[in-house]
Amino acid sequence: MGEPVRLLRDKELKEVVSFDAGLMLGKAREYPKEVEIRGRLSRDLIEEISKVKKEPDWMRRLRLRALEAFEKLPIPKWLEGVESLDLDEIASYVKPKAETAESWDELPEWIKDAYARLGLPEAEARVLSGLTAVYDSENLITKVKEELKAKNVVFISMDEAVKKYPDLVKEYFGKVFPMMDHKFAALHYALWSGGAFVYVPKGVKIANPVEAFFVIGSELEGQFEHTLLVADEHSFIHFIEGCAAPVLPKFSFHDGMVEVYAKRRSEVHFTTIQNWSGSIVNFNNKRAIADEEANVEWVEGSIGSRVTFTYPSTVLRGRGASTKNISIGVANGPTKIKDVGSKAIHVAPNTRSLIISKSISSNGGIAAYRGLVKVLSGATNSVSHVQCDSLILDEKSRAYTLPRNEVEEPTAEVTHEATVGRLGEDQLFYLASRGITEGEAKAMIVNGFIRDVLRDLPLETVSILTKVIELEFSQLGSVG
Amino acid sequence: MTLKVDSLTVEVSGKTILNKVSLDVEHGEAAVLMGPNGSGKTTLAYAVMGHPSYKVLSGSIELDGTDITSLPTHERARLGLTLAFQNPVEVPGVKLSYLLNVINAKLTKGFDLTYVDPRFVAWARSKASALGMKSELLSRDVNVGFSGGERKRAELLQVMALKPKYVILDEPDSGLDIDGIRIVGETIKEMVSSGIGVLIITHHAEITKFVRPSKVYVLLKGTVALRGGPELVDEVLSRGYEALEVR
Repeated sequence: MGEPVRLLRDKELKEVVSFDAGLMLGKAREYPKEVEIRGRLSRDLIEEISKVKKEPDWMRRLRLRALEAFEKLPIPKWLEGVESLDLDEIASYVKPKAETAESWDELPEWIKDAYARLGLPEAEARVLSGLTAVYDSENLITKVKEELKAKNVVFISMDEAVKKYPDLVKEYFGKVFPMMDHKFAALHYALWSGGAFVYVPKGVKIANPVEAFFVIGSELEGQFEHTLLVADEHSFIHFIEGCAAPVLPKFSFHDGMVEVYAKRRSEVHFTTIQNWSGSIVNFNNKRAIADEEANVEWVEGSIGSRVTFTYPSTVLRGRGASTKNISIGVANGPTKIKDVGSKAIHVAPNTRSLIISKSISSNGGIAAYRGLVKVLSGATNSVSHVQCDSLILDEKSRAYTLPRNEVEEPTAEVTHEATVGRLGEDQLFYLASRGITEGEAKAMIVNGFIRDVLRDLPLETVSILTKVIELEFSQLGSVG
Repeated sequence: MTLKVDSLTVEVSGKTILNKVSLDVEHGEAAVLMGPNGSGKTTLAYAVMGHPSYKVLSGSIELDGTDITSLPTHERARLGLTLAFQNPVEVPGVKLSYLLNVINAKLTKGFDLTYVDPRFVAWARSKASALGMKSELLSRDVNVGFSGGERKRAELLQVMALKPKYVILDEPDSGLDIDGIRIVGETIKEMVSSGIGVLIITHHAEITKFVRPSKVYVLLKGTVALRGGPELVDEVLSRGYEALEVR
């Protein structure tokens, strides 16, 4: 007789990662800020951010080019729900009053407290190779284990990388996800701050994951962190991204970006556990390029936020490259929208993609899968499979599946499957007669629903996701 | 120590199905509720368990002196009442073993999706085997693809895992062969001797060949028409419900 999700190290992991971000951070509290830049987007504002960050001139010019692009580009037609955002009202840059630290003790009390409630110090000590934590616009702490240093792995804040490794950054920054891609990508490049830069040298395989954790602390604030991960040939890395925010009286905006380079025969696992509070409008841009026989695995655990748009994408550029793209979207609450999906662009022959989307809508939430599989002419014998499963937990909630296939290569094999499940009153009554509340029943059914995708994931991811989902439905579920 | 249904009138979708039904079940006692199809037996089970669509217009339900008439179903279960369904619903995505583990977690330490107690698992395995269940049923989704007999047995396994004070068994003997009925009968006897108060709902009363009830109620057209000792079973079976209805 098994448990829903088999975890060998479950007990240990649960102690470490028992976080529910929204819940643990609770209500927003006051904290000191050193710099806060808000107002209408303009050259002056960009110049000011660049000056505060003391960054090189080439980066300042890149920001200004991005601002021009932002002003020129139209609001994307596929975007809904961002009309409530007034960008002029949102702070473009917020630096909390805290010096960048290398140990937990150096941090001010208020932030130490917040991180402790998120379980970060313990997770860092026990399961991670490295951790960097961003609060508002800046990385406040970055810790790297000896293992990484010894293998010459670079794991630092993106801002520091710009100063320390300008050549490396110039070579890769903004190349996977160009600023001209869409309006909010341009905005991101104009305002980016914070994030992680990772370089894994040839042949280096990092056993334990590294993590970047992002907190938005105040209302009417924008977070535009940029993460750039370069995995050199034959390397392996698992990168975990966590997001949290307290419950804020007004909205804040997240427009982050992740760029991944997976070079020949490297393997990159990129996991996001997004558990923003319901105050965040979340826009996340994620794209990877996979070279010959490289493998990129995305896991997008999209649990929190008010509205989320995110479509992790892999461009399969090298022969035999592959990608697996798993998204788990939870839209729990009357104003909650999850517009999540995956994209796979097959450029080279013998490339493979597997896309699995599991969406759950509850309490009037709307969950949509929006995906794209594109096979270019010449990507011979490429294979793609898309599986979209939706679970609708009550009458008020909705789910949409919007897959798109563009296949230009006749030898390619592209398949799609979709299922929809509903939770009814009879099942709730049945489980209630066993003493199980509605929220608990939902957590159980949701856990069962995503069980088969969890089975193949790294233990760390499974443990965090299970916990977050359990809390989302059993405790927060009833209040929406 | 009694599960007491007092003058219960119940409406479903605007239609009154039960009219002033009174009955009680003591700790460590098997009571039988008989009646023809459509007499309101399952309605009574659902109303006592607290199904939201079954509206109590008047009367009350008491569990060991606590009025549970307006409590939600899961609270009633927490106080020690449960129901083995006549036609249990399928719960896709939830394995039987997983449900049992959650039931056990709730009883011992509180809700936890990942809690597994090896002693409980061993207990559940041996109970399942004693009930004549194939062990692979435990790793299947609850009731999905289960035969009628497998469902009955799985219901009893869940009931035992819940360690209730009172249980309503809705037609535990229907759809079972004679060996199945014997196993179910033995299990019910075991429950009763462990102190559980059992209300057995039955049409054909096959189960009374294995479990001798201490009292019998006969439900006709939504009211308790007859009540008596175990001898009432034979009387009903020999005369038939139709004759009783005419009387």
